[in-house]
Amino acid sequence: MDIVKADVAIVGAGGTGLRAAIAVAEQDPSLKIALISKVYPMRSHTVAAEGGAAGVVGADDSLEKHFEDTVAGGDWLCEQDVVDYFVAHTTEELFQLEHWGCPWSRKPNGEVNVRRFGGMKVPRTWFAADKSGFHMLHTLFQTSIKYPSIKRFDEHFVLDLLEEDGQIKGVVTYDIQNGVCRTIIAKSVILATGGAGRAYSFNTNGGIVTGDGMALAYRHGVPLRDMEFVQYHPTGLLGCGVLMTEGCRGEGGILVNKNGYRYLQDYGLGPETPVGQPKNKYMELGPRDRVSQAFWNEQQKGNTIKLPLGDAVYLDLRHLGADYLHERLPLICELAMAYAGVDPAKDPVPIRPVVHYTMGGIETDGKTATSKPGLYAAGECASVGIHGANRLGSNSLVETIVFGKVAGDEAAKYSKTVKFGNEDNLVKQAEAAVLKATKLFDGKGAESCSKIRHEMGDSMEEGIGIYRVEETMQKTIDTLADLRKRYKNIKIKDTQGRVFNTEFLNAIELGYTLEVAECMAHSAINRKESRGSHQRLDGPNGAYKERDDKNFLKHTLATYNGDDAPSISYSDVKITRFQPAKRVYGAEAEEAEKQKKAMEGNK
Amino acid sequence: MAEKIMKFSVARYRPETDSEPHFQDFEVPYIHETSLLEALNYIKDNLEPELSFRWSCRMAVCGSCAMMVNGVPKLACKTFLRDYDPNKVMKIEPLANFPIERDLVVDISDFIEKLERIKPYIIPAEKDKNKPLTEGYLQTPQQMEMYRQFAQCINCGICYAACPQYKLNKDFIGPAALTLLYRYNIDSRDAGARERMKIMSQDEGVWSCTFVGYCSQVCPKHVDPAQAIQLGKKASAIDYVIKMFKPGEE
Repeated sequence: MDIVKADVAIVGAGGTGLRAAIAVAEQDPSLKIALISKVYPMRSHTVAAEGGAAGVVGADDSLEKHFEDTVAGGDWLCEQDVVDYFVAHTTEELFQLEHWGCPWSRKPNGEVNVRRFGGMKVPRTWFAADKSGFHMLHTLFQTSIKYPSIKRFDEHFVLDLLEEDGQIKGVVTYDIQNGVCRTIIAKSVILATGGAGRAYSFNTNGGIVTGDGMALAYRHGVPLRDMEFVQYHPTGLLGCGVLMTEGCRGEGGILVNKNGYRYLQDYGLGPETPVGQPKNKYMELGPRDRVSQAFWNEQQKGNTIKLPLGDAVYLDLRHLGADYLHERLPLICELAMAYAGVDPAKDPVPIRPVVHYTMGGIETDGKTATSKPGLYAAGECASVGIHGANRLGSNSLVETIVFGKVAGDEAAKYSKTVKFGNEDNLVKQAEAAVLKATKLFDGKGAESCSKIRHEMGDSMEEGIGIYRVEETMQKTIDTLADLRKRYKNIKIKDTQGRVFNTEFLNAIELGYTLEVAECMAHSAINRKESRGSHQRLDGPNGAYKERDDKNFLKHTLATYNGDDAPSISYSDVKITRFQPAKRVYGAEAEEAEKQKKAMEGNK
Repeated sequence: MAEKIMKFSVARYRPETDSEPHFQDFEVPYIHETSLLEALNYIKDNLEPELSFRWSCRMAVCGSCAMMVNGVPKLACKTFLRDYDPNKVMKIEPLANFPIERDLVVDISDFIEKLERIKPYIIPAEKDKNKPLTEGYLQTPQQMEMYRQFAQCINCGICYAACPQYKLNKDFIGPAALTLLYRYNIDSRDAGARERMKIMSQDEGVWSCTFVGYCSQVCPKHVDPAQAIQLGKKASAIDYVIKMFKPGEE
């Protein structure tokens, strides 16, 4: 087995992994960095983020406002001290990317421009047209080339973490290009592997978003936190699920049902704002959970549009005009044309909610450390505590760089305090992990991987969707348990191929995703309330339809139990100064704000 | 919507067992929206699980799924079956001009090395080296427009598959990398043009291009590398003339 040694190993080379690698390189150029990714860095799913990244810059904005939007948007399930750190470091990270060459869209005077986004009081979303993630990722990748201490292991897939005396000491990889396995011994390891949207059939995510890092940490005893909170983005293109950025609505796009009616006014987001004059936190600029939930209700009422590819509502951008659309939303125009045959300047775009983001993830403290010494996690794969029960759009792109840097700094510091693990021991572990993985090759099984994958995705949509009830959640739980059993009996047809054997690779990924999906389902059924993206319709007298701070102002922790279902436990939420209150948007929010000011005036 | 059937002939090659590539035929049902990538995934899920190809985003931005479609380099996710004649066979092969790794997967490490070689990052002027993180550079929309188009490259490699020069001479830095070089040279924040000029003007640089322009025709993101290379030639020529008159300056 080929062996490589590095001070810091980073798994995943999207926005978070690249930012972490640069942070390590800048902190100490003598530290050796292994940047490991199952794809070339610029293929990472950060590339698909469209709308932008939040950072306070405007004279009318403040860190406090960003803090409040984030905590209220997360339905008070955020770690407030971590949110404080986050909002205080977004803008410097965004300027850092600007210095590195990111082509942020500009005002006529040459300053960086910002746009409106859902659930944010003030326009604070930095954007690079509607390709913000693409430009951030390429800027980070290209900048990373400057640092000779960053050694990339492109198209290396991690099969397992290596552990010694309870500390993480490396990873074992399958070098996809060369068809060999390689052990990477490291003093600290950062997981930056992204989300797990592929647990669902209808999603905006790339095929690579399979929850690998989550499953790796989980199998080593690190809990996955708040996994029931899965974000449905309100505007996925009907049929394929390709994302139509929230920036469409930030720029003034509207949502209408089959009667041409702007239905969001019926769901606590009104009153209706004039077309083409978007107003923060009103109507189409409500938070994602509420806007997606409104679709579901419209569907129940029979107000959606029946199209051959399913039920839809329309995203209408026509009033913005072709010139403005091509300046601000060029990718959206291109995608709508290619994948739906619709020119947004001429026709409304058929859309529906689509699984987009995993709010939960590997439990970490505010500095990205997991409960395993030597193991760090950041970005979508982690739950550092800023998204709570519902992430606000444009908070996650900036999360990748803020906490990518923290993870890099922390893992670098830690690597200087420990020695490499015992090589013989670690290689033995690595060989055992490879043996276990390649056992799939001698499977005499009959089960089809693709069949299991499709059944998992459909079952998750069915049971762990926008609205949830115990009965269908239980059905999904039973299905997943059955699929995990069947997974042990899968058939790999290509038992000879070692180079780029994607059949083998996809089978291992499926094993990861299945376990992450199980965490989502069990976390969901045990949370007997409605909060953020987790909405229930059941309970005695419908009791679970409401938020229940008495019993569930808590993080869910899902802990690995081998072949059995995860055990579920709870931990406290850090509340520093912003006490839970009703989450309000539209006119109701303005009224609440007035009352708050009056109260403060009386004091 | 009635389903139609498309016939495919797909290149297969496994280094462990095959001495050379061969073709395997498939039939795939499709509707108006079906992309080539979806057809390949249908094949992998239902007909031939062994078939390997790269893909991820499905929305023409990650650059993974470039391949030859009836001899033309294209992104599979942005190629739609509706645009092809169902009475003919669609021929799918790995991206031209790169060594084949397996099936439709090619080895792009040469392209990646070239991207790395051209210093694709901002090299700041001395005065900007310690710019505080509380401010950005001022860059007007007009200044950004100078390089915006050339910053849209998704590194899919399609222009290398189209380039007759790269086919003959693998030392040629090639369309995408030269475009990226030019993109940084004209970014108002950058002061590294002189460092990169050596790379641009050397034999493998812009002067290797014979301006066939096929790279720009096939680029799925309309980056227009041919134009970037022409502009690079102009800059390189001016640099050459200046050096003739002021030979001491470097």
